[in-house]
Amino acid sequence: MRTFFSYLRRNGQLMAGLIILLLMVVFWLVGYLLVDTANAAPLSATPDMAPSLEFPLGTDSAGRQLLAVIIAGAPTTLRIGLIAGAIGMLVGTVLGFTAGYFGGIVDSIIRSAADVALTVPALAVLIVIASVITKTLSPNTLALIIASLAWMWPTRTIRSQVLTMRERAYIEVARLSGLNNFEIIFKELMPNLLPYLAASFVGAVSSAVLAAIGLEALGLGPQSEPTLGMTIYWARYYAAIARGLWWWWAPPVVVIILMFISLFMIAAGLDEVANPRSRRAA
Amino acid sequence: MNIRYVLGRLVFFVIVIWAGVTLIFFLPRLAPGRDPVRERLGMMVASGGVNAETIESLAKAYEAKFGLNQPLWKQYLNYLGSMARLDLGYSLARFPSRVSDLIGQAAPWTIALLGVSTLIAFSFGSLLGGLLAWPGSPRVLRLLLPPLFTFSSIPYYLLGLILTYVFAFKLRWFPLTGGSQILTMPSISLSYLLELIYHSILPGLSIVLASLGFWSLSMRGMMITVEGEDYITLAEAKGLPKNRIFLWYAMRNALLPQTTALALSLGTILSGALLVEIIFNYPGIGSVLYAAITGFDYFVIYGIVFFIIVTIALTTLILDLIYPLLDPRIRYQKS
Repeated sequence: MRTFFSYLRRNGQLMAGLIILLLMVVFWLVGYLLVDTANAAPLSATPDMAPSLEFPLGTDSAGRQLLAVIIAGAPTTLRIGLIAGAIGMLVGTVLGFTAGYFGGIVDSIIRSAADVALTVPALAVLIVIASVITKTLSPNTLALIIASLAWMWPTRTIRSQVLTMRERAYIEVARLSGLNNFEIIFKELMPNLLPYLAASFVGAVSSAVLAAIGLEALGLGPQSEPTLGMTIYWARYYAAIARGLWWWWAPPVVVIILMFISLFMIAAGLDEVANPRSRRAA
Repeated sequence: MNIRYVLGRLVFFVIVIWAGVTLIFFLPRLAPGRDPVRERLGMMVASGGVNAETIESLAKAYEAKFGLNQPLWKQYLNYLGSMARLDLGYSLARFPSRVSDLIGQAAPWTIALLGVSTLIAFSFGSLLGGLLAWPGSPRVLRLLLPPLFTFSSIPYYLLGLILTYVFAFKLRWFPLTGGSQILTMPSISLSYLLELIYHSILPGLSIVLASLGFWSLSMRGMMITVEGEDYITLAEAKGLPKNRIFLWYAMRNALLPQTTALALSLGTILSGALLVEIIFNYPGIGSVLYAAITGFDYFVIYGIVFFIIVTIALTTLILDLIYPLLDPRIRYQKS
């Protein structure tokens, strides 16, 4: 544990990112206890009120209390990102290891499929999918939809990492000492790739959150939940900027920016763990 | 150039378009039990509307091509045929406009905005990133690192929101929305051109600022790797001037993976730019897409998705063909 903290002090990025994330988590835990999230529903207060003591973040045009919206909505957005990122990472890891380790025709198929899927822009396909599901879209369904397009990038990067590591001496030793393929993958390759997998996971979560917010900003997200992206959508729909209702769109934007900065720093920090050569940079 | 390489890239291009087009065809039909386009047409016929007869004939034509009595493979072939002829159908909400016309009107705006912004961001960002990683550059540039970090993690449209509020609403330096003044008629004149540029500064700035961070940081990473290479040490030992080493040895080699990164992130850049257009009501593809989504105008949505896929695939193809020109090692690679 002590080595972990002493490392954190040297890796400023990772520490900063984790601190921001931790502060946000604390803020939400405190918020859940102090604020009634039922106030995130429409018609819970007078609409279009500026921030005051009674409504710390004001209200929007539908009567939602924005503090409650932020408290209720941000974890939902993060949850969508985590589910989509986790599923994408899982599929990507399996495919990446299979393609990189076994090579041959399996590798060609997986690699070509991933390349084609990568070139087709994800948002375009997501729009097609989401516009078809006109019934109530729940955050979990949204997460699954995003996950279906989150596996390509992890597959590619993990595959290239496995390719470089496959020829190392210790793999040869493992093979000679009689370990079968799966044992080699799990006991030799994966532990060495853990920092890299962690960095990829955070990156996957970050892009999943980005995709979720993008879809919601278009209005294709879960209509009934007060997620961050949907709040921005409603703010735009009701012309909040032109009407000067800055308290409507500014808090979600700030939260999203903080979330992305922290995720980005954590990913960059983990990248440094995985690739020590970048540590001596200016 | 290696013929096999070019052929391989062309085949990839065709496969990508085919995969995208197939996805667009099958995904809506996967929705259990219903075809949203047929439902929408049925709704339009039932509700009457201005062009009742023409809507009926549109619905009948749709049924004949993609109707329930047609086997699925035949529908698919019909669909592939119309796509190949770039016949994207009619817009449902703005009948009788054709989808290809709508896209054709909006596309130049998007291409101009996106092309110029990406070019500026890529050039400046790469130069900045290279300077950041070069020991000989001014120390004061290091101060730019934190803001660059921040900007690279913000999605484009959020930056667009902030910029709109600060510069358009509060300071009134720039217009809030639109591609040009409301009542101006387009004309080939300097004043119209200046107006176009004036209205595109804020959207362009959002894209440039947000992607500047990404390009400079990734270029910095590449440069750090390149600086550790032996040929840089050799060049320094030979006594070549620092600027020459920086430009022709370090930057030149770092630009190669940077161009690959450009090719891979085209989809993300385009998606971000579409959302920026929506924020600024800029009359590009993004606004058309947004109107189509809110109006359940499925043909327009599919048409735009098709357009996006073709554009990205085409740009990727062009970049892939330029790449051997930049990196002779690819050119002489044994097949």
